Amino acid sequence: MSEKFDVIVVGAGPSGNAAAYKLASAGLSVLQIERGESPGSKNVQGAILYSDALEKLIPDFRDDAPLERHVIEQRMWVLDDDSYIGSHYRSEVFNQQPYNRYTMIRSQFDKWFSERVQKAGALLICETTVDQLLLDGNRVIGVLTDRQGGEIYADAVILADGVNSLLAKKAGFHPELHPKDVALAVKEIHFMPQELIEQRFNVTGDEGVVIEMVGKITQGMMGTGFLYTNRESITIGVGCMLSDFKQQQITPYALLEQMKAHPSIKPLLQGGEMKEYTAHLIPEGGFNAVPDLYGDGWMIVGDAGMFVNAVHREGSNLAMTTGMHAADTLIELKAEGREFSAANLKRYKTRLDESFVMKDLKKYKNMPDVFHTNPQFFNDYPELLSKAARTMLTVDGVDKKTKEREIRSSFRKRRSLFGMLGDTFKLWRAFE
Amino acid sequence: MSEATETKKPAGKKRFELDDRLKAYKGIWVFIEHERGTIHSVSLELLGEGRKLADSLGVELAGVVMGPPGETTRSFCREAFFHGADLCYLMEDPLLTDYRNEPYTRGMTDLVNKYQPEILLLGATTLGRDLAGSVATTLKTGLTADCTELNMDMEGRSLLATRPTFGGSLLCTIQTLNYRPQMATIRPRVMAMPDRDNARSGRIVEDALGMVESSIVTKVLEFIPDEMQDKPQLPFADIIVSGGRGMKKPENFKLIWDLAKVLGAEVGATRPVVQSGWVDLERQVGQSGKTVRPKLYIAAGISGAIQHRVGMDASDVIIAINNDPNAPIFDFAHYGIVGNAMTILPALTDAFRIHLATARKAG
Amino acid sequence: MHIVVCIKQVPDSAQIRVHPVTNTIMRQGVPAIVNPYDLFALEEALRLKDQYGGRVTVLTMGPPMAEAALRKAISYGADDAVLVTDRVFAGSDTLATSYALASAIGQIHKDMPVDLVFTGKQTIDGDTAQVGPGIAKRLDMQLLTYVSKVRSLDIDHKEIIVERRSEGGVQVLKTSIPSLITVLEGSNEMRFATMANMFRASRYPVKVWNKELAGIEDPTKTGLKGSPTVVSKVFAPTPRAVKAEIIQCESDDPKDLSVTLLAKMFAKHPKLEKEIAKRAA
Ligand SMILES: Cc1cc2nc3c(=O)[nH]c(=O)nc-3n(C[C@H](O)[C@H](O)[C@H](O)COP(=O)(O)OP(=O)(O)OC[C@H]3O[C@@H](n4cnc5c(N)ncnc54)[C@H](O)[C@@H]3O)c2cc1C
Ligand SMILES: Cc1cc2nc3c(=O)[nH]c(=O)nc-3n(C[C@H](O)[C@H](O)[C@H](O)COP(=O)(O)OP(=O)(O)OC[C@H]3O[C@@H](n4cnc5c(N)ncnc54)[C@H](O)[C@@H]3O)c2cc1C
Ligand SMILES: Nc1ncnc2c1ncn2[C@@H]1O[C@H](COP(=O)(O)O)[C@@H](O)[C@H]1O
Repeated sequence: MSEKFDVIVVGAGPSGNAAAYKLASAGLSVLQIERGESPGSKNVQGAILYSDALEKLIPDFRDDAPLERHVIEQRMWVLDDDSYIGSHYRSEVFNQQPYNRYTMIRSQFDKWFSERVQKAGALLICETTVDQLLLDGNRVIGVLTDRQGGEIYADAVILADGVNSLLAKKAGFHPELHPKDVALAVKEIHFMPQELIEQRFNVTGDEGVVIEMVGKITQGMMGTGFLYTNRESITIGVGCMLSDFKQQQITPYALLEQMKAHPSIKPLLQGGEMKEYTAHLIPEGGFNAVPDLYGDGWMIVGDAGMFVNAVHREGSNLAMTTGMHAADTLIELKAEGREFSAANLKRYKTRLDESFVMKDLKKYKNMPDVFHTNPQFFNDYPELLSKAARTMLTVDGVDKKTKEREIRSSFRKRRSLFGMLGDTFKLWRAFE
Repeated sequence: MSEATETKKPAGKKRFELDDRLKAYKGIWVFIEHERGTIHSVSLELLGEGRKLADSLGVELAGVVMGPPGETTRSFCREAFFHGADLCYLMEDPLLTDYRNEPYTRGMTDLVNKYQPEILLLGATTLGRDLAGSVATTLKTGLTADCTELNMDMEGRSLLATRPTFGGSLLCTIQTLNYRPQMATIRPRVMAMPDRDNARSGRIVEDALGMVESSIVTKVLEFIPDEMQDKPQLPFADIIVSGGRGMKKPENFKLIWDLAKVLGAEVGATRPVVQSGWVDLERQVGQSGKTVRPKLYIAAGISGAIQHRVGMDASDVIIAINNDPNAPIFDFAHYGIVGNAMTILPALTDAFRIHLATARKAG
Repeated sequence: MHIVVCIKQVPDSAQIRVHPVTNTIMRQGVPAIVNPYDLFALEEALRLKDQYGGRVTVLTMGPPMAEAALRKAISYGADDAVLVTDRVFAGSDTLATSYALASAIGQIHKDMPVDLVFTGKQTIDGDTAQVGPGIAKRLDMQLLTYVSKVRSLDIDHKEIIVERRSEGGVQVLKTSIPSLITVLEGSNEMRFATMANMFRASRYPVKVWNKELAGIEDPTKTGLKGSPTVVSKVFAPTPRAVKAEIIQCESDDPKDLSVTLLAKMFAKHPKLEKEIAKRAA
């Protein structure tokens, strides 16, 4: 005797949870299947939560969501081998409620989110992997899990199974991922006493700091490093394109180790205890890499659909937003008594096109390629910038005018004037 | 101690006054455990520790010997005297031939109720834990399990029983304030073995069990002894060479065995190694394995996690070989070599071999 | 046949950290799991059920979140689950815990007579191995600890034969039902839950009992009040004053390192040198 639901959601990350929450709240029968031991169990690390998307879904989320610190200061560092040059933006405005950005720990956040989803009425089954989609011709009619008696049926299946969606691939909805479309990020969490964090980063209470880093730490590869303050821990990590790792023959672990040893970063971690090391893929192919998103009886949401804005390091908000739109589409169709056919599910795509999701992805659609083919952004410029700062700040009897000249000429030596102009143009074009 | 470890606030430092009824409880008792005619060494270790407690309280130290009638059982009393007991409570009965919970619990509770000791110590063995849990519940008194250290708080004549908690990351000291006797089980090999003094003797106080076989529900059908020759005797080994996950492959464990052979040593291991099946369970050293206290402990490819440490910390000399200079094992080993165990171990084996050969020649 | 299995939810002690300054447990991100030793007890009970029929009820005393442990047990195939939870239980030591659990088993017994009670060998947080014996004594049941195998069960004659681990061997014991068995680790391996049981577990309404429902007659025997033992101090192990002397040589040759080590060690511990020479000979 097999079970049958209105909708099966595969995955209990932000996208799956958003979809299941909406659907269950609207009274559809929803089964959510997660392969981890519990939602978020594979996701111990910290991350940034952008309130907006979640607020739309659960307006009172701040009451009980496990949020770590709200971000009041953003630092941007450009690093060379032994220095950094950067900007810090800190504002009291960020201390006004409702806060806009929080640090969080995914394992706890996902668990909380999932509890809300279950309260809304969705049935969650963990430690169970969906191995395959059940098809009737072209139509998805359910899933097959890895457990005995694992066939379960539904009118629609939402694939919220994250980057590298094996299910979509197996069903032929999704081409193989290109190494140039995914970044590999590694993260560690370092526990340290709350007081130490507050002293070190000059914050009190729930205030937090984010540091974004580019430069020599990625050893010429396209990528960034980051550090977030949580309540009793610090998240540190670095991500680079998978294709670059392959080419440079450096392991992500070694890269992170070197980054942690950087003289500007090392003191920030002192006294901490490393707790967890994780590696995860981020789909960064952008607009051009988005696969087909729907078909007869199925939809793709979140990372599985390549919905990540690599430039602004946004992912979970896009995941939630796409999950929400997918759910709304189904709810609407159900209310109208229409079936979940490809023709009807097209509404999902239309909704996305109208939302910030597709607009943002489109805006940055050339970004990946620009950085990819121009390693100078990650290698030469950081060194030059740092050298410039050092030259200006070193008091050694050389007049400032001469120093400026030296700096200019050092820039020109490394990148021709033409090259620099070209770079500016490329960046401008990509951002536009 | 289960919930208590985490939820209880430390007891206040206010002066504690013992109930009059409980002031009658006097003396330290050690349960003398034996099986198949041999005394368990933990009981002798506890006599050493009990002696110190008794002296500090100015009371007598008693051994409790229960067993079948006969010379063997009586010889355990003498053994207890040699190791520090002033007297022994002796209960001889054929029903006590094999250990069974029911008659032993009954015998022990009767003795406690009659003679009222203030402290009762047992080894944290399968037998000791079985008996202690039953006796404490029957007597409705406190029992602290698996202790690694005992002290006295003289003010309330209260036993300070210290034991690892949360998997050994912390230690906690537990007291049983307004209940008597205060009971504790203690891990084998954590207390030093007292010197044997064959000149010592003491009094024997005899009591009868007063049960009949037909009233005892559980019957022993059979006893299958472990083949002694095959079972490693880790807790009593003088030299142990242990390997951890850093040995990488089961084949590499041969390097451990090679060194052990040259030294006439036992082989030990960490839990991951045992769980991967490279060596058998009997060889696991640590919190959920054996506690050892050899004269020399060589640890190769072992990180020194607290759960391992608690099992070997008391070794006289610890040598650690690890390629990570920051490995915690270097915090408590005596000598360290930072390097690859796969190259260090063969070299060390050779060095020992040559050193021993010359030492022997020199006589 | 009706078996009650006592399970406890514990923090995964492999992942526990101690605050370096305050010496308190840092729980952030430490997952709660079913005490691993209890899974052996549960699997053994399920095997008996497979063989002889009957029901398996899982029982835990703990905070409301311990419900997750019970649900897990249901997914493996347990039939019923009871969570005993009440403020008065906070701070219970083993004597108080066994009192509460024994009372609850008494209540379960009223619904369906209990033939066997299974517990794990010990917990990984309390680590006492006392709760099992405690329950047995309170319920006046036969106690069989460290059982590695149930050899046979004769329900009609209410007889069970087990193998029990003792220090120097294995005791084969025969006893009558009802009895309490603490199951040794490694005696079996937990099964993989079926899809149907996964569904059952996520829908199962766990019975939640407060002290009245659990049949607690005397609340002063529970919680802090009912616990003879008191934790008077919690502290971190003292680090050894001196760290290891790291052997170094000009060459990093393993041979030189080894020889230097032996020279240093034996100079300081001449007795050890003799001892080793004697043994090796
Ligand atoms: C290092 C790193 C840092 C990041 N930082 C940020 C940040 O600061 N802010 C931000 O907004 N975003 C960030 N992101 C991106 C963000 O994490 C993702 O965009 C977001 O998690 C996507 O959500 P999702 O639900 O689509 O996928 P996921 O969160 O990956 O969830 C997918 C779920 O599906 C389950 N699953 C997969 N396959 C199966 C199967 N076959 N059967 C059953 N279950 C299955 C998985 O176990 C998983 O729980 C970061 C990502 C990384 C890797
Ligand atoms: C409830 C509980 C009970 C436990 N009980 C026990 C117990 O009784 N006994 C026990 O041992 N553990 C026990 N553990 C496990 C314990 O926490 C540790 O996980 C374990 O001791 C680690 O074993 P290890 O040192 O072999 O492995 P690891 O921690 O992985 O360490 C391996 C070490 O080898 C080093 N290394 C790697 N390569 C080389 C090389 N080529 N040459 C030299 N060194 C190298 C590494 O630097 C590392 O330090 C228990 C855990 C729990 C939760
Ligand atoms: N709070 C509890 N709820 C249910 N069972 C428990 C509880 N505490 C202990 N037990 C059982 O008693 C066994 C021994 O626990 P302990 O004495 O704490 O080592 C465990 O393996 C469990 O089966």
